[in-house]
Amino acid sequence: MSESREHESQSGIPITQSPAASAIQFRDVNLKITGKALVEQLRFDVLRGETLVLLGRSGSGKTTTLKLINRLLEPTSGEIRVEGKPTLDWDPIELRRHIGYVIQDTGLFPHFTVERNIAVVPRLKGWPEEKTRERVRELLDLVGLDAEAFAHRYPRELSGGQRQRVGVARALAADPPIVLMDEPFGALDPLTRAELQREFAALTKRLNKTIVFVTHDIREAFTLASRIGLFKDGHLIELATPEQFAASADPEARAFNESME
Amino acid sequence: MNLIDFFIRNRNEVLHLTFEHLLLVLVATGAAAVVGIPVGVVLTRRASLAKPVLAVANVLQTIPSLALFGFLIPILGSYGIGRVPAIIALFLYSLLPIIRNTFTGINGVDPAVREAASGMGMTDWQMLTQVELPLAMNVIVAGVRVATVISVGTATIAAAIGAGGLGTYIFRGLRMNDNTLILAGALPAAIMALGADFALGWIERVLSPGTAAAAGKAKTWALAAVAAVIVAVAVFSLSSGALSRSARRVVVGSKDFTEQVILGEMIAQTIEAKTGLQVERRFELGGDLCHRGLLAGEIDAYVEYTGTAFAAILKHPPISDPREVYDQVKREYESRFNLEWLEPLGFNNTFAILVRGDDARRLRIKAISEAARYAPEWRAGFGQDFMSREDGYPGFARAYGLKFSQAPREMDLSLTYRALAAGQVDLIAGNSTDGLIDKLGLFQLEDDRRYFPPYEAATVFRRETLDRYPQLRDAIKGLAGKITNEQMRKLNYAVDGEKRDVKDVVREFLSAL
Repeated sequence: MSESREHESQSGIPITQSPAASAIQFRDVNLKITGKALVEQLRFDVLRGETLVLLGRSGSGKTTTLKLINRLLEPTSGEIRVEGKPTLDWDPIELRRHIGYVIQDTGLFPHFTVERNIAVVPRLKGWPEEKTRERVRELLDLVGLDAEAFAHRYPRELSGGQRQRVGVARALAADPPIVLMDEPFGALDPLTRAELQREFAALTKRLNKTIVFVTHDIREAFTLASRIGLFKDGHLIELATPEQFAASADPEARAFNESME
Repeated sequence: MNLIDFFIRNRNEVLHLTFEHLLLVLVATGAAAVVGIPVGVVLTRRASLAKPVLAVANVLQTIPSLALFGFLIPILGSYGIGRVPAIIALFLYSLLPIIRNTFTGINGVDPAVREAASGMGMTDWQMLTQVELPLAMNVIVAGVRVATVISVGTATIAAAIGAGGLGTYIFRGLRMNDNTLILAGALPAAIMALGADFALGWIERVLSPGTAAAAGKAKTWALAAVAAVIVAVAVFSLSSGALSRSARRVVVGSKDFTEQVILGEMIAQTIEAKTGLQVERRFELGGDLCHRGLLAGEIDAYVEYTGTAFAAILKHPPISDPREVYDQVKREYESRFNLEWLEPLGFNNTFAILVRGDDARRLRIKAISEAARYAPEWRAGFGQDFMSREDGYPGFARAYGLKFSQAPREMDLSLTYRALAAGQVDLIAGNSTDGLIDKLGLFQLEDDRRYFPPYEAATVFRRETLDRYPQLRDAIKGLAGKITNEQMRKLNYAVDGEKRDVKDVVREFLSAL
């Protein structure tokens, strides 16, 4: 892993942090599209190496927040900094290749084999063929798929769970320090989902990536999160460790906690 | 004649026309793909352009093909006839399906895939080439397929503007009322359409995204097949292009009826025999394309009729003195168009008022004025042309004071002969050189009031051509006054009635001179 680990010892959990400790910083971010506010006054940090789970109901602004990070959306006002640099100062292509991205339907390219799907970003970055191939094997192994059996299959020849594993492998391919995940396990059956969540939780501990993970599933949040950010109507209304979140007095947080009973 | 016999006897011509047809279709749809696919891509990037551009392409496709060829003639000027306008028209027809399918194919790519691609840091170009085009390719190929099949059909009509292809047989067959000829054009065209449909359908299936591993090989084959066709056509068009640039060459044209083809062939063979110059034949051109071709320098010579030049091209009111018409036409062609009329060939292809030979003998009538008193008991049948033109029925009936028992029946010209022979009508207006006149025992009444203007046939040449090859004048002079009405009828009948080959008929005639 190429990423520096010098700030790993961060344990206090304030809302904002020094740039050195934060991989991503939201500073008074607003986004309005045709007069409607999608997110308002977002101000928080994502710490290096943490898994921040953005939790909320449908339409609460969590996916929008995610897309602001890799500049698929641009803020109406305010600023998002990635690695200390405002996203609008990044070359968007550079920025996105610096950040892994997994979405619910995986967005695997149906005309590419598993191997080529995983190799997309390394190829875009012009890695040598041999290194790319090796990396693909390594990643298939990492996400628990047998390289021999799967490398040459097409996405439609895979089960839903297998596709999600490939999606995760693809996002990690070029070893990005930051990974964004938008309900990656949302469309899976409960058993497969639980299995992938467990494996993924173990994986994130090993990889030491900064992960921003969107879900509306409170169980998933508790399984994966170092911190949970709760969204409601475009606002971040709570940002806390799972323990703190479980004890939160906020009515929306309580509603989510109760849904778990 | 049996269709299979026809194919065997004319295999070279059939192959040539088929290849010509294929060339038109491939060049046109190829160009439409080269233009249409990028346009379709741009439309996916500039959504506001999509509606107007697709609307224009839609309108283009609703223009009837003959009308489109008609529009193109004045726009293209000197390229108004032949392959160029045909290819342009086919190109315009092919655009819509290709643009539309590119547009919908790309827009039909799963948004999740698109989002993933851009989220992974693909540039727009990378997304287009690596994701959108490959995923839309089968839809795009489907568009090319539709365009190709439409073009194969439409290209048959291109024969009317001298572009050649299988339509040549279809038009010839329609004109000569010969179903074998029609089939000889239609059948290969239909096979070509089905073949293109099948081949492109196969490519389309091979290219559909995510096909299993076996597809790899098939894709290679598909690409190889496409490449082979492109190379074959390129070689053909280059070689035929090289041919058309060869220097010592005279282009002889003809209009689109049998007599014209015979005369064109006669001019061509005479030039070949007497001057040794190479001759390219551009026969069966519709409308006034021969005249336009002369003006544009695409054709060097064709046989025109004095009356047609006088009325239709120079727009003078008809007069009846043959000498006067010829002299004035010759003078005006020289000063206005720089074209030269050579001496008339001898016959006069004017309207021939025909009755059954029996009637003529029984009633002892020789001239139209003598027939006028029988008219009230007769029925007349005329072709559409005669009914509508100024020097046709209305003026004719007035000049001779003719009144028939009922309004004349308007029918296809070729049918009037049969109707007369079968007793369904009693008087028709045919052409004085039609071979059927003798064959069916019809009698041509004399135009004793000199109502019909003369239509003497003579060769018209471009001045430049005659200056460059003065030997042409002498060569053609040998034909002056050599063809009587009677002989022209026989020649026409040999081709139309006896279905003999034009080249043979002409060769026989020339060797007997």
